[in-house]
Amino acid sequence: MDFNDTAQEAIFRGEARAWLALNAPLVRDDTVSDLQWAKRWEKNKFDGGWSCIHWPKEYGGKNSTMVEQIIFTQEESQYAVLQNYPCFNFGQAMVAPVLMAFGTEEQKRRYLPKIASGEEVWCQLFSESCSGSDLAAMRTKAVKNKDNWIINGQKIWSSFAHYSDLGLMIARTDASLPKHKGLSCFVVEMDAPGITLQPIRDMTGSADFNEELFTDLHVTDTQRLGDIGEGWKITVATLMNERASLRGRKRAEDVDLLLALANQVKIDGEAAINNAAVRDKVADWWCKSSGLYYNGLRSLTAQSKGTDPGPEESIVKMVKQPMVQDIYAFCLELMEGHGAITSSDGTIQKDIFHAEFMASPGMRIAGGTDEILANIIADRVLHLPSDLRVDKRGPFNEIPSKF
Amino acid sequence: MSFRDYVRQFLADQCPLSLVRDIFETDKMYADNLWQQITKLGWTAVTIPEEYGGLGLGQLELCIIAEQLGRVLAPIPFSSSVYLATDLLNNFGTKRLKERYLPQFAKQGLIGTVAIGEHTGQFIPGANSLLDTYVDNGKVYGCKLPVADGLIADVAIVMAASAKNSNCNKLYLVELNQQSVLKTPLACIDPSRNAAKISFSGAEAMPLTTSQSAAIQLQNTYERAAVAIAFEQLGGAEAAFNTSKDYALQRYTFGRVIASYQGMRNKLVDIYTDITLARGNCYFGAWAASVDDDELPLAAAAARISSSKAYYHASKENIQIHGGMGYTWKMDCHFHYRRAKWLAVLFGSERYWKNHLVNQLSNKVIDSRER
Repeated sequence: MDFNDTAQEAIFRGEARAWLALNAPLVRDDTVSDLQWAKRWEKNKFDGGWSCIHWPKEYGGKNSTMVEQIIFTQEESQYAVLQNYPCFNFGQAMVAPVLMAFGTEEQKRRYLPKIASGEEVWCQLFSESCSGSDLAAMRTKAVKNKDNWIINGQKIWSSFAHYSDLGLMIARTDASLPKHKGLSCFVVEMDAPGITLQPIRDMTGSADFNEELFTDLHVTDTQRLGDIGEGWKITVATLMNERASLRGRKRAEDVDLLLALANQVKIDGEAAINNAAVRDKVADWWCKSSGLYYNGLRSLTAQSKGTDPGPEESIVKMVKQPMVQDIYAFCLELMEGHGAITSSDGTIQKDIFHAEFMASPGMRIAGGTDEILANIIADRVLHLPSDLRVDKRGPFNEIPSKF
Repeated sequence: MSFRDYVRQFLADQCPLSLVRDIFETDKMYADNLWQQITKLGWTAVTIPEEYGGLGLGQLELCIIAEQLGRVLAPIPFSSSVYLATDLLNNFGTKRLKERYLPQFAKQGLIGTVAIGEHTGQFIPGANSLLDTYVDNGKVYGCKLPVADGLIADVAIVMAASAKNSNCNKLYLVELNQQSVLKTPLACIDPSRNAAKISFSGAEAMPLTTSQSAAIQLQNTYERAAVAIAFEQLGGAEAAFNTSKDYALQRYTFGRVIASYQGMRNKLVDIYTDITLARGNCYFGAWAASVDDDELPLAAAAARISSSKAYYHASKENIQIHGGMGYTWKMDCHFHYRRAKWLAVLFGSERYWKNHLVNQLSNKVIDSRER
């Protein structure tokens, strides 16, 4: 393993830097919405040939290596005004790999280039309120009617669905089969008749995710992704990509913020970083962060050689999110009474600490709870026998349920 | 077969747990046969330059060996002799000393160690700390303890004041078979290893080098050693974990294997997680040591801290998972528990390396401000 750029990578990094220097905006244009601003930049990247460059040319990429894609992202992340518009992540990092693996040639050509250019935003239509962590227990039904499927049911926790053009949906196509066998995958046009969208306000007060009701929604059979009954396989592939996409781009950005704060605030007249209790925590969290980061590079090496992201990736979110929560909780402690006050006091820039502290509980649940991730590692990495399961065999519609 | 697989296979054949138990239960102080064998294979010569009879390879190869030695709990003085004594001599020694001793380390099974500590609670004495051990007229006087592998070592790199009551400390190479050297055995938490109290009453002491202060040289060698030791800890942790997992898969309670209970599954996942994080840090450490990267101090500390944690975790839960039988002398679980603590405290404690790590991070903050 080599952690430095090769000569070739260094040249590539130089090219990426040069292009960004010429094309990346330094100031946010306040006359447009967040979404418009983000879409404009995605389109610029695409037109300049820098979007999703590790994809095949015919689908909007330029056949670059995964390492080059990462180098570009590292360089792009130096530009603060281009950060934190996560609405493209689902399409680019999760839908695209499964389209490439399961889609027909026609589907790939129809959908992939517009994912790369940011023209079409995608959302995930997987979770249902009745099933929670037991994702495969979903009850949204798709019934075949000649060349169409008629979909009825409800989905929840779909981030950015309110400005998504397309949704990746898993629905039950045969309830008489065992739970994991009777599911299939569909591409849904979010403006089609039969979809009602309800924003959900989260505990921070923002409303980035939604609940959707489907009443006799018609989709054509050409909008089915993969074979009938392949829905669970596609779900798992999507989620593995989701967990892989959470690998840190930087080595320990949360610890870096804590360090900066601990150099700024004082304990007994001295910088907090000189306090033994603070140092102990900083060291622990640093070791976890760097362990995750370098372990992620090992998986990346495997992935750049063609291996799909595996269940090992679950460790990232399982370790990182509880740690992030503890780091920001500790940062607020370091501010003493000021940690309780969210309005600015003009000395410490506190908003990021409060925002992360409040967002962190959600991140431990979204994309697989800590507990489910531990189960995945136990089942699929360590191959331990599972706890007693009453739902694995027999028809889905005979499993006891409250609903 | 990769070098790693070769080393692993060789040790699986030549260093079974019965060999470790043999050292525990007899008067033998180390597996001398195994030491001779690995010397013949060139393992002690890995980082020694070819001009001194070594293989001239790097830290990466050393880390590969270290992980496998840790896995089988090899009862040999590899860490004291190779990571420490050989490294100090190779990196800081005078040409004359290198010519005389490096070929013996490389080919003749010479055993080296370091004699640094004197007082409880001290790892690497600070640049200005006052040592009891001193050198006068080329002769060393004083007492060092604990000296790991001190009962079997032929030579030691000794840290001593360059004159009585001086706070200028230097490193000296001392042959331990002199009349004026007295070795007293110390009982060890890991009886497959040995340690001594060594008293010097006028033994010949050769200055290792003339330049730099001893503390800086030791620090640098201990950073490379920390990475290698971290790999030993990683190998040990994984061996203990595999034993635990295998046992949990075959032990039945309440009509099921215990590995199917969520309480046990989560316990195993936690250990696996600590080992995986340690592995990430170890690989970065191996790379940083092999290219002598500026981040070696940071990488070494992170590898060391996370491997110490992983090995302690894996070794204590290995006893717990085996239940009452795991607590018996007859089972091997205590081997890992003992070795984990031996490795954790003899090469700088968790507190020492955490402090070192945060010092590096603080320097980075200052650096980025100056830029």
